[in-house]
Amino acid sequence: MMTKDELIDKLKGIIAPYVQDEAAFKALTEDTDFVKDLKINSANLVDIILDIEDEFDIILENDDMEQMLTVKSAMAIVTGKLKD
Amino acid sequence: MKKRVVITGLGIVAPNGIGLENFSNAIQNGISGITHHPALKALNFSCQIGGIPEVSEALKAQYFSKLQLRGFNSSGILYGCMAGVDAWKDAGFQTAADSPLDYDTGLIFGAGASSVDKFREAIYKVDEKQVRRLGSTVVLQTMASGISAYLGGMLGLGNQVTTNSAACATGVEGLLMGVDRIQLGKAKRMLVGSCSNHGPYIWAGFDAMRVMTYKHNDSPEQGARPMSATASGFVPGAGAGAMVLEDLDSALSRNATIYAEVLGGAVNSGGQRDGGTLTAPNSEAVVRCIQTAIAEAGVTAQDIDVINGHLTATAKDSTEIRNWATALDRKGTDFPYINATKGLIGHCLAASGAIECVSSILQLKHQFIAPNVNCEDLHPEIEALIAKSKIPMTKINRNFEVLAKASFGFGDVNSCVLFKRYKA
Repeated sequence: MMTKDELIDKLKGIIAPYVQDEAAFKALTEDTDFVKDLKINSANLVDIILDIEDEFDIILENDDMEQMLTVKSAMAIVTGKLKD
Repeated sequence: MKKRVVITGLGIVAPNGIGLENFSNAIQNGISGITHHPALKALNFSCQIGGIPEVSEALKAQYFSKLQLRGFNSSGILYGCMAGVDAWKDAGFQTAADSPLDYDTGLIFGAGASSVDKFREAIYKVDEKQVRRLGSTVVLQTMASGISAYLGGMLGLGNQVTTNSAACATGVEGLLMGVDRIQLGKAKRMLVGSCSNHGPYIWAGFDAMRVMTYKHNDSPEQGARPMSATASGFVPGAGAGAMVLEDLDSALSRNATIYAEVLGGAVNSGGQRDGGTLTAPNSEAVVRCIQTAIAEAGVTAQDIDVINGHLTATAKDSTEIRNWATALDRKGTDFPYINATKGLIGHCLAASGAIECVSSILQLKHQFIAPNVNCEDLHPEIEALIAKSKIPMTKINRNFEVLAKASFGFGDVNSCVLFKRYKA
């Protein structure tokens, strides 16, 4: 089982290419919002979802996608899928 | 009094040269950009040669961010953005991502098709029931206006931003639409141009129509033969050309370099009547288009010093020369000098008009007449109409004032523009 820090590191690697605010990215916490804080183009959220699927070998549903707006929600959804 | 419109910036991505210096050198010295492409041979194409600009990954990275290049598979948008950004810089403007929004400048950047390669990727995924795996990049690269969407954002242009499409007449049509908008007072500047993809999926239909040459797979540089007795079809090409059009007062007020003045032009259609079809021109309409362009430009047929023809290297070249001779009522040694850029780069389809306008403007600005290639064996019907000396095979340095450029396209559509040397 992955630790919380390991999971955050993996997510950071995935979202890095899409980030438009590097300062906010450096200061990333669980509460960081992908669009509001990292200024990620909302169209790129679907690309992040696909990259997460590839990285963790999971499939995310449309409902999961709608909720995945912050680091915290992404962690929760990925952790849930990995348990299934 | 109509507003005068001048050209203050140029950008070019052509099979025989990327950037003004390389392209200018290539058209002066008859350097070909046509090569053999094993990928076309492997797919059983009849025509296995083509003109493809060589863009390295390092060069791409100068125009696109890493994020923009993720999932990017669109050579037409690539060439168009490169040419457009270069033209904008050449005109003396900023290209920083946070440059101020410019409501006085618009963008009309044409394309024949958006990215067929990206569409192919998407179609495979859809048929594998993987719609959800397409990602966010398909729509932007496959919508017709993909090029204007990408480029408008790179430059922060706030006037009209759109894409026009009129087959091989696209580039000249877009330029004239930009001129109209400036003359109507709706914009101070218009970045205009056109681009075309390369590759088997965009060229296949032409190969199937047998309009591309299959006789020069072993001699690619001799393949594109406008005006030649042995012309056997066009060679496909790709790339982009771009021009910054500007209200003369605006150009003068900022001391911009002025390449040439756009005197005027015309577009029309032969309506697929009186000999015109989806693929063949109605000659009466072509003549009318040229004559209307001359009238719009406020000059006479005698004032035209040089013509840059459409001249694709098909059986229609003789028809085109006859139409010019009729429209101008000039024959033999009285005919203007004429050249065909396609001998060096092939037929860049939707991009051809803009690329060849850039070629024309460089000739006018630097006062030379570019050489023709591959028509040592001039077509007898052409030689019967105009003097051989008017079809130079080596570069001619001479002063001249007015150049006419025409492009004709499938759908029986015509376009013609007249450029004039600008003297302060």
